[in-house]
Amino acid sequence: MTEATTTFVEAINGALARAMRDDERVIVLGEDVAEGGPYLATQGLAEEFGTQRVLNTPISEGAVCGVAIGAAQAGLKPVVEIMFIDFITLALDQLVNQAAKAHFMSGGQLSVPLVLRTQGGAGGRAGAQHSQSLEAWLTHIPGLKVVMPSTGADAAGLLASAIADPNPVVFVENKSLYYRREALPDDPEPIPLGEANWRRRGDDVTIVALSRMVGEALTAADRLAAEGIEADVIDPRTLVPLDLERIADSVRRTGRAVVAHEAVRHGGFGAELAARLQAAAFDYLDAPIQRVGAPFTPVPLSPSLEDAYRPHSDDVYAAARAAVRWAHEAEPVPITRSATDDRSPGARGR
Amino acid sequence: MWRIRCFEERVAKLHRSLQVHGLIHLSIGSEGVAAAVCGQLRDDDGVYSGHRAHGHALAKGAPMDRVMAELMGRSDGLCRGLGGSMHLVDRSIGFMGATGVVGGNLPLAAGDALASRLQGGDRVSVVFFGDGAVQAGHFNETVNLASLWELPLIFVCENNGFAEFTPRSAHTKVERVSDVVAPYDFERRTVDGSDAAAVWSAFGDYLERARGGGGEGGRGPFLLECLTHRRRGHYEGDQQGYRDEVAEAEWARLDPIARLQSLAVERGWLDEEAVGAPEREARAEVERAVEFGRGSPPLQPDAVAEAVYAS
Repeated sequence: MTEATTTFVEAINGALARAMRDDERVIVLGEDVAEGGPYLATQGLAEEFGTQRVLNTPISEGAVCGVAIGAAQAGLKPVVEIMFIDFITLALDQLVNQAAKAHFMSGGQLSVPLVLRTQGGAGGRAGAQHSQSLEAWLTHIPGLKVVMPSTGADAAGLLASAIADPNPVVFVENKSLYYRREALPDDPEPIPLGEANWRRRGDDVTIVALSRMVGEALTAADRLAAEGIEADVIDPRTLVPLDLERIADSVRRTGRAVVAHEAVRHGGFGAELAARLQAAAFDYLDAPIQRVGAPFTPVPLSPSLEDAYRPHSDDVYAAARAAVRWAHEAEPVPITRSATDDRSPGARGR
Repeated sequence: MWRIRCFEERVAKLHRSLQVHGLIHLSIGSEGVAAAVCGQLRDDDGVYSGHRAHGHALAKGAPMDRVMAELMGRSDGLCRGLGGSMHLVDRSIGFMGATGVVGGNLPLAAGDALASRLQGGDRVSVVFFGDGAVQAGHFNETVNLASLWELPLIFVCENNGFAEFTPRSAHTKVERVSDVVAPYDFERRTVDGSDAAAVWSAFGDYLERARGGGGEGGRGPFLLECLTHRRRGHYEGDQQGYRDEVAEAEWARLDPIARLQSLAVERGWLDEEAVGAPEREARAEVERAVEFGRGSPPLQPDAVAEAVYAS
């Protein structure tokens, strides 16, 4: 199949249906899932598998997450949907204190084969409580795995592996990718968690991008190529476990790195990536690692403000150029807003 | 009940001499509830408990020596010394877990009951919690879900009148936990938790109906509120300036063991001679458990990182 006919959200839907057909222990629960949910990710599942396995729930994120954990500990494989990642705050006790620690605290007796699907990201003019990118919090918790697919094919393959995994996996989708179309095989192969994907080859700079920013990085790479700068673009696909070696190999070859995500840069996963990469490739680096992310503010509503807030290919382009130019300048290059607008608590505003 | 009482009295001493670690919450005074509830369950019935969990674990069938070793942080503990007093688990006998986050166990037990329903068996799930958990959001969310889905789940509240360091009246206007769930219209009762026979009878009735019969699967939920007396502080080391000690005469009325013994002698189930035997046997078992724990080394530090993820 080569035609770009399948949307990201259809890829998710197909992966859920296949998992439910293959294994009757797989159940889906969440708000409005039997009706398909607001993005139709679970459309048709209740019709095929019945409302015993596709359970609508009340707006009780904490208890719903807890029910899924309890069911997982008793031998089911629940896929729970939290409609917006912003609402994961209400389920964090269950996710962090129960799911993440059950295997460890029980000395290996319990396992929690749970997938928590959710979606984040700005761009929908939805305001600061329906637009966040909160994955960094989750990567900080030992016991959780965190997945962030950037394409429908990856989403299908990674979701299959996440459902098969005996650990709790948080599967973070980006709502602005949902209706992008791509060619997808009828039965996509599972993609192992912990394998980064090389999306573009180049020797001048490594761009590590997450989720929506992978596409932005590829756009930036085309623009850089027109100027004779060839970028390696790598999508880690899973943040925990992280395929550091593949990324570090690239950085050791290019000597320059940009890490890009949509989340607020301050305390974002890019900070972890930058720290790990500088330790793994310190002797090879020709420039400081550049970080692209959102400024340290909530997501604003007004379209012009939200567009300015949201990182895009221009930011990746500017950061990559800054990294590449670094070696050619006698003085440090003042770079894009990525370095100058991190107004963390206590810092003075400009 | 004597096994729980003697175990916990010994744990209190071991805690003072720093041989048992962490925040220790004792259930002395409410052993009757643990024994009367867990004594009627099968190994495949799932039980979830909270921070005051020793009694529930022992009554469900967790081996005392491994429970003691767990509290001592040893590798032969139930959870290899990685969990501790508030996180006991013995999956082999359906003790599915305890949690240190008040109320956090409630939805897990509902999930256990949901799994039971979908797996087609007649397992029943039970969750123990204190009256303090009732004011947590998880309680209302879980009660709502369990009643909506008619899950085979029995809520067992040990209402000892104190939520940590303050009386129930400082937390809520609703005195009885069984009244809190009234609008959900499922069966609920409040019993004297110091009367083990009353708990046995009330719980047995709910259990039979939650399990169902004729292969149709059970229905629930049910809520059993047991009014108990917390003999010790919230945790070991609690100065308890917020309450008066009950007089010995009052304690004799509240002590579930003393009451059951009197009843047994009165009814002729036990003669005066035989009454002392369970305590003697329990104390000997506890000493063997302490020796077992002392003889077990803690895990090697390099084993910790290996224990985080299942494979």
